[in-house]
Amino acid sequence: MAGLGSSGTGLRWHENGTCMKTWDAIVIGGGHNGLVNACYLQRAGLDVLVVEKNGWVGGAATSRELTPGFLYSNCSYVCSLFRPEIMRDLELPRFGLQVIAYEGGAVLTQDGDYLGNYRDHDAHRREFARFSKRDAEAYDRYARDVTRQCRFIQPLLMRTAPDPTSWKPRDLGELLYLGKKFAGLTPEEMALTLRFWTMSISDFLDEYFETDVIKANFSISGIIGTALGPMSPGTAYVLLHHYMGEVDGSVGAWGYARGGMGAVTKALAASFQASGGTIRTGAEVEKVLVKGGKAKGVVLAGGDEIYGKLVVSNADVKRIFLKLVEEKELPEIFLRRVKNFKIRGSSGKVNIALDSMPEFPALPKDSPCLRGDLHFTDSVERMERAYDDWKAGRWSADPFLDMMIPTTLDPTMAAPGKHFMSCFVQYAPPKVEGREWTDADRDAFAETVVSQIADYSPGFRDRIVHMEVRTPREIEAEVGLTEGNIFQGELTFDQLLFNRPVPGYAQYRSPVGGLYMCGSSTYPGGGVMGAPGRNAAKEILRDLARPIHHMSAAHDVI
Amino acid sequence: MTSFDAIVIGGGHNGLVCAALLAKGGRNVLMLEADAEVGGAARTEEFFPGFRASVAHVLNRLHPEVVRALDLEELGLTVSRSAFAPTVTLSHDGTLILHGAYGEALTGATASEQAAWKNLRAQLLRYAGVLKPFLSRRPPELGGGSFGDMAALGQAALAVKRLGKEDMRDFLRVLLMNVYDLLDEQLTDDRLKGLLAFDAVLGSHLGPRSPTSLLGLYYRLTGESGGAPGAQIVPKGGMGAVVAAMRAAAEHAGVAIRAGAPVAKIVVEKGCATGVVLANGEEIRAGTVVSAINPATTFLALVGAPLLDTGFVRKVKNIRMKGDVAKLNLALDGVPGFAGVEEADLRGRLVIAPSADHVERAFNPAKYGEFSPEPVMEIVLPSLTDPSLAPDGACVLSANVQYAPYALKEGWETGKPKFLAAIMAQLEAHAPGIGKLVRHAELLTPADIEARYRMPGGHWHHGELQADQMLFSRPVSGWSGYGTPVEGLYLAGAGSHPGGGISGAPGMNAARRILAERAEWRKAS
Repeated sequence: MAGLGSSGTGLRWHENGTCMKTWDAIVIGGGHNGLVNACYLQRAGLDVLVVEKNGWVGGAATSRELTPGFLYSNCSYVCSLFRPEIMRDLELPRFGLQVIAYEGGAVLTQDGDYLGNYRDHDAHRREFARFSKRDAEAYDRYARDVTRQCRFIQPLLMRTAPDPTSWKPRDLGELLYLGKKFAGLTPEEMALTLRFWTMSISDFLDEYFETDVIKANFSISGIIGTALGPMSPGTAYVLLHHYMGEVDGSVGAWGYARGGMGAVTKALAASFQASGGTIRTGAEVEKVLVKGGKAKGVVLAGGDEIYGKLVVSNADVKRIFLKLVEEKELPEIFLRRVKNFKIRGSSGKVNIALDSMPEFPALPKDSPCLRGDLHFTDSVERMERAYDDWKAGRWSADPFLDMMIPTTLDPTMAAPGKHFMSCFVQYAPPKVEGREWTDADRDAFAETVVSQIADYSPGFRDRIVHMEVRTPREIEAEVGLTEGNIFQGELTFDQLLFNRPVPGYAQYRSPVGGLYMCGSSTYPGGGVMGAPGRNAAKEILRDLARPIHHMSAAHDVI
Repeated sequence: MTSFDAIVIGGGHNGLVCAALLAKGGRNVLMLEADAEVGGAARTEEFFPGFRASVAHVLNRLHPEVVRALDLEELGLTVSRSAFAPTVTLSHDGTLILHGAYGEALTGATASEQAAWKNLRAQLLRYAGVLKPFLSRRPPELGGGSFGDMAALGQAALAVKRLGKEDMRDFLRVLLMNVYDLLDEQLTDDRLKGLLAFDAVLGSHLGPRSPTSLLGLYYRLTGESGGAPGAQIVPKGGMGAVVAAMRAAAEHAGVAIRAGAPVAKIVVEKGCATGVVLANGEEIRAGTVVSAINPATTFLALVGAPLLDTGFVRKVKNIRMKGDVAKLNLALDGVPGFAGVEEADLRGRLVIAPSADHVERAFNPAKYGEFSPEPVMEIVLPSLTDPSLAPDGACVLSANVQYAPYALKEGWETGKPKFLAAIMAQLEAHAPGIGKLVRHAELLTPADIEARYRMPGGHWHHGELQADQMLFSRPVSGWSGYGTPVEGLYLAGAGSHPGGGISGAPGMNAARRILAERAEWRKAS
């Protein structure tokens, strides 16, 4: 029953192990959203307990030493979307978070060339001009149009989605706010915005660029983490998330967390504990205690009961309501909708420890691109074909990789000269042709990744010291993400905004009194953003009539 | 030099409807058709001696207000229940048949599936019903429109709220969903799911798993015949008979129709359309010029980019209009035997789409410029309803087949025979022996349809009917109300709201707008 840094608030224990104290809030799950949520609640004066099933906090944002001498960001691997407001409110830099910006990356092409990515707009443009003068000119127009869309969306991420079926003043007010924001656009801008939101990234890019590799380069943003292809309608808007992350000049801009993504959650945990919060690891929650339709606490595997005035779950919506809460406590319509919630995993991860820096002859010597994200999928068609494999229930024969070597900029993750390589891979289905993943499947999946890299990097295989391969099977087993979906739910229209996670319950509250949701299953969705955790905290404090002035509003990035 | 109040370019069904309504509204109207016959892809044509068919072969969305306004039933059109045709899903697991108006009754399905279908059908029709009033209205203006616009939006909002809270929530949830996942939530029968998936994507460059594909099924279900939503009819005389009735209505209203008169240019003076110039050089003046042909052709070929704003030209060029449907016409020695299908049901629409997965697999190659090796299709034997379409004892088979991408990578010259073979293999699998009955096969790829009917991309919607090219963005953002940047020039074809299929709605909506706007117009001369 060891806890990490118990706050010594006079816990009393029964002989049978149950804790007598009633916490103000119990947060189930020490993933980044759970920690963000807990921090804000603790800072508002609540006495908060975080319970985490693993021996470490962080969920999918962790750094693990899986082979001696190498630290892996074994799930999440780049700090790009974390809300700067949250970073400042919770003083994460003070608690050790350091984000190292990186220059960009590249797409290596099959003919031995590459398309470099640079932060600077003009450098970007010059690189495009190597391929097509027309595309270089179109880039200005593209940047302008995407920026315009970003400006419209960014404040919306930190606001609770309104319920359009409700007559409550707050919802009407929010709908009016949205309406006014929309009305602030010219009629043509309105139509363009509506159009943008339903387009595929491929069609959108076709309106600007002609070069395959340039389109592939941008398409990457549109499909990471989704169970969609670049030609699927509704992938264009995801561009905005990534564009906003890229140009943010403030703290928390796109980069590596020094020490891996675990540094983010470590800092969150430290900030939480510094405000007096309590974390208990190695404590898997088996059930949420519900009495008279209200949440009263949790029951751990092993029988311990812990009482809380309210319970917040960082677990995904299927896990909470199909595993942790009894069916009889939930309305039938809600249960049906949760069962229909789609959470199919689409990605895997291959983490590789290397005993020397790999060479990529396609890139110039000492190219800054090596410090960024590298890709080998040089056309939209290849990306879409990879998606076709997923639909057929197989991992992609020609996968799309988002590959990074953080140790080129972060010396803390491996010994000098040695490197950690993170490969995010799409696509990988939650089940292989309807059956469970086997170890043989996993190894064959890993082989598609290694052989692709080896095509571009001579001697790559010889440098491999250790490899950790994570398919949706491993992701679910270790992190608790149902079906291995890294966003705790697919990001399609029927599961976004006021539909997320289910219609009528898109404001972090559940049908059970005192039970809240704060994970990526809620609005605005996944990625290591922290927004769901924060927004949920705001709603909870609102319900408790507690002050929220310690929570910064969204600031404009662009 | 002759002059008219209004010139309508394009004698397709939308052009005919628009011209007829303008004439009924008191205008002096000239309609110009490039080909020798009006009707466009709705014409009934002889594709082999003694055998006739139309490219558009099933009537399922002729707008009731068009039928009424043009008195089409008096002019010989039958849209009543007696003419409703069933849909038969062809399958090696036995046929499943939708009777009445889009499955008011089902045969061949289990009792539980029938119950599930009843619920789903009612739900889909309920939701399509919310969107239906928008078909016969021009899209509301964004950013403060007229009182009428606000009223229309208000009505829709009320219609949604009237659904009740939970139903409204479901409506909003599924609005932009993909049809595949929705079907998985509610049904288990692959044949039924396959049919619905097929109907959702027919005529689109989408698969059932594509987000927003449900809109295609809604579009289908906003169509009605004889007051019954979703009903379909195989018209006697082929679609050409529908066109003939429209033509009669137009002429009766006083429209002057000139066929064999292709337009080369729309004359624009000081930003105003003042008439047209024909290919033979003849100039005809009119204060109102209405184009019922493809919007890209209208702006880029007939008006010309130099006379238009660059941004507008770019938007027009970006309209996606590459078709994926091929048309197969077979002249058969006799009626083919489709396994498990009774004779009465042969008069219906036969669909080969064994499952939603199958439809998705058929779509995949189209994304890469390849045709489907196992195509999906809807088949009609129109000569069973109208024996005059074929010689005695012989039979016409008419099929819409997907996916046949307009810009086939290998080129249709080599691709066409291969695709025909793929189609015949599917037909043979469901109607053994059909291959031997074929006297003649005519396969029209989208490229052929483009050439023959002057329909760019062979796309019957004149532009993809997808969420980002619908409503406020149809044909381009900012110009969705049938007006154009050229004063006096209007659009009235499928490329405008609400889209294509044999409906007449764009033509009707455009005519109403023109009549409302140009109320005081007099002849220019």
